[in-house]
Amino acid sequence: MNAASHEPLLAADETTILVVPGMHCAGCMAKVERALSAVPGVSAARVNLTAKQVRAEHTHGVETAQLIAALEAVGFASQPRTEEMTKAPSAVKPLLAPLAVAAFASMNVMLLSISVWSGAEGSTRSLFHWISALIGIPAIAYSGTPFFKSAYAVLKRARTNMDVPISIGIALATGLSFYETLTGGHDAYFDGVLMLIMFLLAGRTLDAMMRDRARAGVDALLIQAAPGASVVSPDGSLQWITASELQPGMVMRIAAGERLAADGEIVSGSSAFDQSLLTGESAPVAAHVGTTVHAGTLNLDAPVDVRVTAAGADTSLAEIARLMDAAEQPRSVYVRIADRASRLYAPAVHTLAALSFAGWMIAGAGIYQSTVIAIAVLIITCPCALGLAVPVAQVVASGALMREGIMVKDGSAIERMALVDRVLLDKTGSLTLGKPEPDAAVVDSLDNEAAAVALGLASHSRHPHSRALEAALLARGHRAVRVEGVAETAGIGLSGTWNDRKVSLGRNDAADVVSTTLRIEGRDEVLIPFTDKLRPDAHAALARLKALGLKVSLLSGDNQKAVAEVAAEVGLEAQAAADPAEKREAIAALQATGHKVLMVGDGLNDGPALAAADASIAPGSASDVGRQAADLVFLGDSLNALPRAVLAARRTMRVVKQNFALAIGYNVFAVPLAIMGYVNPMIAAAAMSGSSLIVVANSLRLVRAAK
Amino acid sequence: MNGLAFLLPIALGLGLLGLVAFFWALKRGQFEDLDGAANRILYDDEEEGPHG
Repeated sequence: MNAASHEPLLAADETTILVVPGMHCAGCMAKVERALSAVPGVSAARVNLTAKQVRAEHTHGVETAQLIAALEAVGFASQPRTEEMTKAPSAVKPLLAPLAVAAFASMNVMLLSISVWSGAEGSTRSLFHWISALIGIPAIAYSGTPFFKSAYAVLKRARTNMDVPISIGIALATGLSFYETLTGGHDAYFDGVLMLIMFLLAGRTLDAMMRDRARAGVDALLIQAAPGASVVSPDGSLQWITASELQPGMVMRIAAGERLAADGEIVSGSSAFDQSLLTGESAPVAAHVGTTVHAGTLNLDAPVDVRVTAAGADTSLAEIARLMDAAEQPRSVYVRIADRASRLYAPAVHTLAALSFAGWMIAGAGIYQSTVIAIAVLIITCPCALGLAVPVAQVVASGALMREGIMVKDGSAIERMALVDRVLLDKTGSLTLGKPEPDAAVVDSLDNEAAAVALGLASHSRHPHSRALEAALLARGHRAVRVEGVAETAGIGLSGTWNDRKVSLGRNDAADVVSTTLRIEGRDEVLIPFTDKLRPDAHAALARLKALGLKVSLLSGDNQKAVAEVAAEVGLEAQAAADPAEKREAIAALQATGHKVLMVGDGLNDGPALAAADASIAPGSASDVGRQAADLVFLGDSLNALPRAVLAARRTMRVVKQNFALAIGYNVFAVPLAIMGYVNPMIAAAAMSGSSLIVVANSLRLVRAAK
Repeated sequence: MNGLAFLLPIALGLGLLGLVAFFWALKRGQFEDLDGAANRILYDDEEEGPHG
């Protein structure tokens, strides 16, 4: 299968990276790699499943289109990765090296410590302490940097977080151990400190891994085509200009199926525009010469020339972006549960340590003994299990959600998701699939002849209605007949001849619904209405949300009539014709009455609402803006992802709280021992690893949280 | 006591070797695609499989 072995003279001198969002298992990886390796000229293909990308090394002659076609042949959609999509900085990588150093050092120091605990005396113990210090101090200084940096950063702003008590504990314990080493003393805590750092770094790494993985998944979904437009020059030639360089006055030529990159006014041609991403309006809006059209809308029917009236920061798109920036501020106020815990925790343990010191001084112990006991209190309370309590649970839960096709952007999303008590659903694209489907009853009623002609015509067009009709007919097992001389008239439809009879598929001005009409000479014409179907499982999912105690209502930008129909079908209250700012206000009004709101939306017009809500979720088919603004993105069509995500979030938070209880319970036992002066390095090490393992084991119960 | 003189350096040296190996693997990008690595073991036909 390796092309290079057949043609050894061909050197691999070019690399193409394709994004393949559909890969998810070993079978997919093997198929993708084999399909690409089979293309002549490709010498190697290697999949990166985490990033959902494949890297192909090939000779100059191989075109990217060839590679995409090869993948399409085995059933995978792919896109070339653009230059701007350079690899985002990973959150995991900077933590791996400190983690490895901490692990190495703690194992070696533990080896020496065990000898000391089993009774090494005098000069042997002193030698072991010295070797421990030689390994331990540089290792602590290096692998503890993530905590020191973070603690320094918050202390500078006169705040505190979990890293402050950790850093203080690490510094004091290392100092005490070094003093013991210098004076030939009994107890050195190098092993405990290193183990603490290792456990905490492991927790951090898991947290970072979750964020990396979710981001890679979301990135892979992004449509990489750079926004821009073909601009008509004064001499009539066309030139591609990126969105950021469009100027008012330029004339863009917008092909059917193309999205507008700037606001403008139509100067020639007429067509219909799909504004659903911008306004939520489901029906296409007709546009003629003189009509104003907006960036982000999709030209459906025919090519038009549009004179730019506003570009870049002046467009209606940019206005939505500004609304979103403003909306994100309330969310950044949310304090993660681990930080809230540390606000209580840090003062408590430091007070406790200070009290133990004072108590022993008053009881007549020396400064040295009182200090040792105070530091032992700090070491034993060092939040090892607390540091793992949140990230491990969240990582396990987000892994479970990811296997169910729900991507979580970060851990705080799970925390906020668990708190919601209100759900606002966008209609087009969120509650519904967002793409027109031919009426099933009408398609079923077509006889074989009509269906075959319709299929023969529809297969010639890229119009969304034609594509949907073709898919529906193929799904019912119909075969196309050959229609001669098919012509597509933009805005009107398709026509041709079949068996010397005139046939056509297209617009019917008499119809008052979104539809297409099939005409076959000598037969009655058939009106095929198109509707936007509810997502599968919509009823079941809404019932489950209700059972979870959430009140659901619709919040749509679509017109009253369309929203009322859908609302009646699913039995929900609805607010219709809401523009992006009104959606945001609706959420703010609920929040003001103490509700926690989950927003479900897909469009650009939902962006500000997604950002303003306490938690938000978007379907994978959403606009780029929708996916970026949402906390969670679900793949697939089923709306069951909603109750599943809420339930998993609640289960996760229950486990997090249990973890806190376990970690605190351990302190209740260990702290009195430390205060009474019974703790030695061996007890500290055993207690620390024991409590951490219990917390990890408890979190692993979340493996099935998303079922 | 004499045993320690060479056992200790050996123990530390072995540990250090592991650490160096880890850094080498990290630098060579072996931790870039953990999901992929977990799945690659499931390839059925290694002989016919693609070569990376």
